[in-house]
Amino acid sequence: MAAPALGEWIQNLPGTNWEAVPAHRPVPRHVFDAAAWNDLIAMLAVADWELFGLWGDDDTIHVAVRDPGDGLLVVLSHPCPDKSFQSLGHVRPGAIRLERAAADLHALISFDGPDRRPWLDHGRWERSRLFASAPYPFLPVDGDGVHQIPVGPVHAGIIEPGHFRFHCNGETVVRLEVRLGYVHKGVETLMAGQPAFDAVKLAGRISGDSTVAYALAFSRAVEAASGAAVPARAVELRALMAELERLANHFGDVGAIANDAAFALLHAECGRLRELILRAAERCFGHRLMMDRIVPGGVAVDLDTGGADALAELVDELAVRLRHVVDIYNAKPSLLDRTTNTGIISAELVQRFAAGGFVGRAASRDFDARKQPGYPPYDALAFEVPVRRYGDVHSRVTIRVEEIDQSLGLVRQLLERLAGPAARTELRATLPAGSGEGLALVEGFRGDVLAWVRLGGDARVIRAHLRDPSWFQWPLIEAAIEGNIVADFPLCNKSVNGSYSGHDL
Amino acid sequence: MWKLIARNLLTAPVTEPPPPVSREALVELAAQVDKAARARLGRSLSIRQIDAGSCNGCELEIHALNNPFYDIERFGIRFVASPRHADVLLVTGPVTANMAEALQRTYAATPDPKWVVATGDCALDGGLFAGSYAVVGGVSAVVPVDLHIRGCPPSPTQLLSGLLALLEHVERGGVPR
Repeated sequence: MAAPALGEWIQNLPGTNWEAVPAHRPVPRHVFDAAAWNDLIAMLAVADWELFGLWGDDDTIHVAVRDPGDGLLVVLSHPCPDKSFQSLGHVRPGAIRLERAAADLHALISFDGPDRRPWLDHGRWERSRLFASAPYPFLPVDGDGVHQIPVGPVHAGIIEPGHFRFHCNGETVVRLEVRLGYVHKGVETLMAGQPAFDAVKLAGRISGDSTVAYALAFSRAVEAASGAAVPARAVELRALMAELERLANHFGDVGAIANDAAFALLHAECGRLRELILRAAERCFGHRLMMDRIVPGGVAVDLDTGGADALAELVDELAVRLRHVVDIYNAKPSLLDRTTNTGIISAELVQRFAAGGFVGRAASRDFDARKQPGYPPYDALAFEVPVRRYGDVHSRVTIRVEEIDQSLGLVRQLLERLAGPAARTELRATLPAGSGEGLALVEGFRGDVLAWVRLGGDARVIRAHLRDPSWFQWPLIEAAIEGNIVADFPLCNKSVNGSYSGHDL
Repeated sequence: MWKLIARNLLTAPVTEPPPPVSREALVELAAQVDKAARARLGRSLSIRQIDAGSCNGCELEIHALNNPFYDIERFGIRFVASPRHADVLLVTGPVTANMAEALQRTYAATPDPKWVVATGDCALDGGLFAGSYAVVGGVSAVVPVDLHIRGCPPSPTQLLSGLLALLEHVERGGVPR
């Protein structure tokens, strides 16, 4: 029996078990009692609905669920006054770490969760749970000749901290377990009570490489909650910054992946191209990473004609040099030998975890938040979402290269639109005084960033939650490395490039 | 590939002249010279970078120091994989509670003489994250700091001029505090 559509299923639930929450925009939010929550778990076991987020909020657990059939995204909220709820982890493994985080941060416990070890809580906060300071019980591996390699949190290279526990037999990885949470900074607690204009600065520092995506996601959620309308020029400038961020990261990572396969030439070339983009960003927007340029209601800076010309020139140069990069990559069997068939993440896993970004799109998951649910100005721009099937390092590199191509096209289109009859009167709308709740999904270079905000009448944040795409990508690296050799781990890891800070919050 | 190499050989390198040595940094460092100790290091510094809680913005710019425009190795400054090989710990981020011990242990694992450079506004005093239940504070809350490089994140040029000041200081026989 085919599962019904998500929207239809909710409407057919007994009316006593759920109710719609007003003033949650643009997608609906419903409050589910225990019976409806139970039904949801039963349905998730048979339906292909995707888990897009799970977060705590005082005595309530919220989940964002999406029906890939019609694209409907809803937030379902389950009040748990006794601080416990039935786990989604058995039917949606992507929920497991999110539930562990909700236990650490909000003391909301999934009483039947498949894994109830602490996650972000390392037993070092005043509010830490008692048992969290005990040695972390890594999952055991038994067998002749099995040995452990502990790596991190401080590990070689200029990289964020995390702990990797390898169980190996000879060179082959038998099991990898990742432990994260080292850079947990308590961002959501800091945001609570702050005016939205201050909180956006924190949002822009959740993951520095995605500062534009985060500021955009947070601002869009605030605008949805308050009902603000962003001026057209600001919408286009935001997209321009977002595409420049995507380009800079994709170039940087393609080079870094080549470097992890000991091919320095591409690393140098890609590092050079990335630098050109950051310099253009500095020239056009006054900050190399474009931090604090997107604010609730619009943008903080305009693009002048000189900047637009510089960008147009840059895009032409990047397009030419990208071809050289691709030609070199494809002509090096020793490099391809490292990337092909390495670190395979299957389409099935990607579906189960609803992994976004190039990780998902390298393994058949055709999802890009710019298309679906979509947001302006992308609905008016022509671009394609490249998808591959095989899910190895090579596929992820290829997707990134293809995305660079698409982004170059998007920058060209945006520059054309921005050069049109300059209605450059307004870059920033004032936020209406209305209170409410808003959700936004924004496609960063790494994948979809989900932002959820509850806003008070004075444009203050009551509660905000930001979910990094890495939540659904980190678990997959553990699967990708299985059966590979230890020496290929850096390559696999870089090809996924999960965010530590974005994940740890 | 040969085309690219040929073009790079035929054109001038993109590597830029070094930025001026940061006066500000020299002043901060000069305040710490007590006696003229012998410079043991010559004109070279090995840096171990530690992210103690940053948003990774600083890491991106530290990475950029290795790109052809800045080419930090021409100054004898290089990044090493182990604190055992390091003269300098380049520490970023507000120090999170979950990273404080790792930072302390890395500091302890670094042989003397050693210098600590706190990088970025958060490393100074916790920045925007100061006051959080999960943040201990700036780097100096956990290990002694010799030099601060400001910025959110500091640009590669700012990083370079701060590190060159440290190199000059070390050459003149400056000692860590």
